[in-house]
Amino acid sequence: MFESLSERLQKTLRNLKGEGRVSERHVQESMREIRMALLEADVNFKVVKEFVAGLKTKALGEEVLKSLTPGQQIVKLVRDELVELLGKEPSELEFKKVPPTAVVLVGLQGSGKTTSTGKLARWLSLQGRRPLMVSTDVYRPAALDQLRIIGEALQLPVFESESRDPVQLAREAFTHSRNMGFDVLLVDTAGRLHIDDALMTELEQIRHELSAEEVLLVADAMTGQDAVNSAAEFNRRIHLSGVILTKLDGDARGGAALSIREVTGTPIKFIGVGEKYEALEVFHPDRLAGRILGMGDVLTLIEKAEGVADEEQARVVLEKIRRDEFTLGDFRDQLRQIRKLGPLDQVLGMLPQIGPLRGLDKVRIDEKQFAHLEAIINSMTPKERARYKVINGSRRKRIARGSGRPVSEVNRLLKQFIQTRKMMKSLSKGFLGKKFPKLGW
Amino acid sequence: MSLFNYREKPGYFKRLKDALKTTKEDLTYKINELTGSSESPVTPEQIEELEAILLGADVGVQTTLEIVGKIEDETRGNRFVTSHQVKRLIREELHRILDNSGSAEESGNGERPQVVFVVGVNGVGKTTTIGKLAHLYKSEGKSVSFSASDTFRAAAIEQICIWGERTGCQVIRQEQGSDPAAVLFDAIAASRAQNVDVLIVDTAGRIHTKHNLMQELEKMRRVAAREIEAAPHEIFLVLDATTGQNGLIQAREFLRSSGITGLIVTKLDGTAKGGIIVAITKELSIPIRYIGVGETVEDLLPFDPTVFVETIL
Repeated sequence: MFESLSERLQKTLRNLKGEGRVSERHVQESMREIRMALLEADVNFKVVKEFVAGLKTKALGEEVLKSLTPGQQIVKLVRDELVELLGKEPSELEFKKVPPTAVVLVGLQGSGKTTSTGKLARWLSLQGRRPLMVSTDVYRPAALDQLRIIGEALQLPVFESESRDPVQLAREAFTHSRNMGFDVLLVDTAGRLHIDDALMTELEQIRHELSAEEVLLVADAMTGQDAVNSAAEFNRRIHLSGVILTKLDGDARGGAALSIREVTGTPIKFIGVGEKYEALEVFHPDRLAGRILGMGDVLTLIEKAEGVADEEQARVVLEKIRRDEFTLGDFRDQLRQIRKLGPLDQVLGMLPQIGPLRGLDKVRIDEKQFAHLEAIINSMTPKERARYKVINGSRRKRIARGSGRPVSEVNRLLKQFIQTRKMMKSLSKGFLGKKFPKLGW
Repeated sequence: MSLFNYREKPGYFKRLKDALKTTKEDLTYKINELTGSSESPVTPEQIEELEAILLGADVGVQTTLEIVGKIEDETRGNRFVTSHQVKRLIREELHRILDNSGSAEESGNGERPQVVFVVGVNGVGKTTTIGKLAHLYKSEGKSVSFSASDTFRAAAIEQICIWGERTGCQVIRQEQGSDPAAVLFDAIAASRAQNVDVLIVDTAGRIHTKHNLMQELEKMRRVAAREIEAAPHEIFLVLDATTGQNGLIQAREFLRSSGITGLIVTKLDGTAKGGIIVAITKELSIPIRYIGVGETVEDLLPFDPTVFVETIL
């Protein structure tokens, strides 16, 4: 559905190549496309207007890097500007010198406050902190139960009391955390409309009562134009210190983040990327900028790959490939490593949807197939894994029986393995033997 | 309106108008402001501002450009277009789109229970909407039970049970983590045995890009259809009015994989305009059936395109 901005600009500016500078004409042609792309990503129209106006003056006369077309140059400029606006560097939680630090999570109904409270508690405890959670949502049916169940699942404490007064609950929990040595108190609050005066007053009281260090607005990444109104009002009433942007595991572009950032001036601190409790990440402006522009999230992918790949191991594998010693056992290790990146559909979704990679996010991968491949390899003897050539017909039958897969699948795996081996070999001859070619600049 | 003829109830217009007051004041004010007094000619700048209003209501780039383009076409070369006429043109155009949304079909062959699925992404207000729907059906004299098929989210079952108590509806439930289709199966059997009129099925929030979760919905649909020929009789997609352009994709994907019979737009009591429904009905012709305008059981009103447009413009 969405065409990435860079694709659109390439198209628009196709006839304007080969000029050293971004000209008036480039700018005129581009701004419309940029405006549309940002609006489609749900950036508020007023924010878009300002953004485009500012961009215009910057783009004019910009020198086009040797390796880029004017279109790419403008995309780069837009991206850099977005990163700048989104806050450049990741922003961390602030803690009080004298604990406990109160962190209050606020937001509209259904934005994901309670789930985020659990995720944040888990994240903090992994950082070596001792978090205590409390829900002050006495309105929504079973909201208190929800946080208690989350606490049980995470094996992290949730404060409960007889009181059904939100401010009282928060106060009691704060005293409790001070007495019991919890250093962070996470306060989950009821979802509320920013125009609900009574409930906004309640938040003011909670904030004041705990002299909360952090007041985080939990905002849904799918939010549209109204994000500016609600965020501005929350900020006006209770002075936000940051934002948690949730539900980024869908395909919403998350332009609301830019609007919220613009009207509140507070940094986005975390993003929610799934329903599991570990699906909370520190916010990286550059990645969201890429996403708003439809450029994928290659950085996250690279970081994940770095997290699971062992450099030493990689070197050994390369060496093996070069010596033609890459075995089925190594193949299995590789498969395992790929799976460690996370569910594969998520991995593919992080790739930029451009050029040959386009549509890859729609490819569905059956995780079971990986398990099957592994089962087949596990059913081989060490000798077979080391020297695939010995695997004859009767061995294939035995492997099939052992793994519970049909013989045809064993055959297919061997065929794939031989092809992979060949391909790796030719690749390694291609550039691993030589030095890397020099880059364009 | 199929299930309920709410419109004849006294005070319907008033309640709707009150509920949409924030929305209306904002939009009407803006349009009056930009179109000036009703007889002054419209300038290109004002057309541009009009574009901004529609965009600001989440109507979306494409739909906005089409509406504005149409108005420009109709007023081209005519020096004496008044703001009054522009307003009428917008209203007509919105009408045309929303009327096109198709009306709700009279559902089912009378076999009981009528099975109503309530689906949507996380946090749109599915469970609250179910409580309100139950209230609506019951005020028509129908008996209602719930299938607690959100077995994923913490305390989702407790939440639907509380709504069951509030509205006096039986809840068929299993433990958290059990198969939602199995809960549904039990619920159908129980509702049938007790001759219940309507079975409302709560489902876990799911983002439409999660293939496995969308397949889970399909499975639930198959289970329902196997038990009762015409079931599910209704599949309501609940959409949060604050949702931006992703709403169109949500509707498209849920329609594709679970065949929605209607939309319910929630949280229209805030400042969000819910303009994405214009884009949705334009592309997908899904009828908008109800709107949620508050937190009490009474705050679910049947959607009426005429009233909606009149109230907004």
